[in-house]
Amino acid sequence: MGHSYGARTVLADLTVRLTERRVGVVGANGSGKSTFARLLNGLVVPTEGTVTVDSLDTRTATRAVRRRVGFVFQDPDAQIVHPTVAEDVAFGLENMGVAPAERAERVAEVLTRYGLAGHADHPAHLLSGGQKQLLALAGVLVMRPARIVLDEPTTLLDLLNARRVALLVAELEQSVVVVTHDLPLLEGFDRVLVFDTGRLVADDSPAAAIAAYRSLMAGRP
Amino acid sequence: MTLALYVPTGSPVHRAPAGAKLLTLVAVSVVVFAVPTLPVVGGVLAAVVLVGLGVARLPPALLGRQVRAVLWWLVALAIVTGVVGGVAGAALVVLRLLALVLAAAVVTATTRVTELVAVVEWLCSPLRVFGVRPARIGLLIAMTLRFIPLVAERAERIREAQAARGGTVRGIRAWTTTAVPLLVQVLQMAHTTAEALDARGADDDAPPARPPSRGRR
Repeated sequence: MGHSYGARTVLADLTVRLTERRVGVVGANGSGKSTFARLLNGLVVPTEGTVTVDSLDTRTATRAVRRRVGFVFQDPDAQIVHPTVAEDVAFGLENMGVAPAERAERVAEVLTRYGLAGHADHPAHLLSGGQKQLLALAGVLVMRPARIVLDEPTTLLDLLNARRVALLVAELEQSVVVVTHDLPLLEGFDRVLVFDTGRLVADDSPAAAIAAYRSLMAGRP
Repeated sequence: MTLALYVPTGSPVHRAPAGAKLLTLVAVSVVVFAVPTLPVVGGVLAAVVLVGLGVARLPPALLGRQVRAVLWWLVALAIVTGVVGGVAGAALVVLRLLALVLAAAVVTATTRVTELVAVVEWLCSPLRVFGVRPARIGLLIAMTLRFIPLVAERAERIREAQAARGGTVRGIRAWTTTAVPLLVQVLQMAHTTAEALDARGADDDAPPARPPSRGRR
């Protein structure tokens, strides 16, 4: 499979099958890793070939794929769409048509799990950066997706909040794909993919893949 | 005007139906214009303050912020109407505007956005026959309320960044130099937000919405 934006190819000749519970994706800026992440839940469809999730084609079964694959973006501010915390977490459930009573129950449960219960009615814009990222994660997890893609979830966070998010990612029951520049986040992962200029250049255990990535970057001016 | 977003206190005003509160807001607006006498308009203002502070138990600072936000308008209006219609006319205009601003603040501070949006969606439901989707209008309102403080925060960050490098921070020039980078940031944020809406099932029936981003790799 491959993907191009007009004449510019950002991913080419990619054939990969992800079956592990924890998969990391690394690469320099512009390597195609964010496009790869977006291909996994149908936010972007490939211009060549197909992407399937549990045998569902992201091009033809977009709705079903998005329900299966939750997506957490780098900038939580851009994905929090309601003014208050609880209302934002409930947003995805409303779209799924979940009944109000069950919706309230699931929102309360996920807010408690992420330490946001005391902020349920607070304006989202007053939360700290770490709390906003937790809220973004809660808004996705409340929909109970089978798989989750996280695009640079710790990039905007301080060390403490980055560690907190890393712990939460490690505890997730779902299979997870994490795109990141935060290499320690990949500790304990099952597999790491390394992208470079739109191509998959390494696909290995975290230690071997990260070593290949470091070696690749060390050779650059 | 600053946005008096929901302030939970669990009061009877908070528990009242959103439709009833919006209807009361309309009634207050009609009364202060239909009966333009100082006792009536002053009485309405007193009632609004009493309900806001006494019954809804809202913090006085919240109502104070609303007054401060329109203070210069009040002063300008008082001067103009004072010159034209005398002190009584000026007092009437000022009290009327205060009553409306504070009544709106009490409603928004005691009502969750989802409840307000539900009322708006219900009011818009007859428009379905013209192909309008009321849920879209509701989402638009909720997102507007969400993004106003965020855009203001981004504008402040840009001004700070410019000030740190010796740029102008006041006057028309400051606004013109802020506008372009702010527009760029808002457009980038809008793109990500559109993707987030897709990812969270806001438009399940549609195929991947927009043409792919030219900038992302």
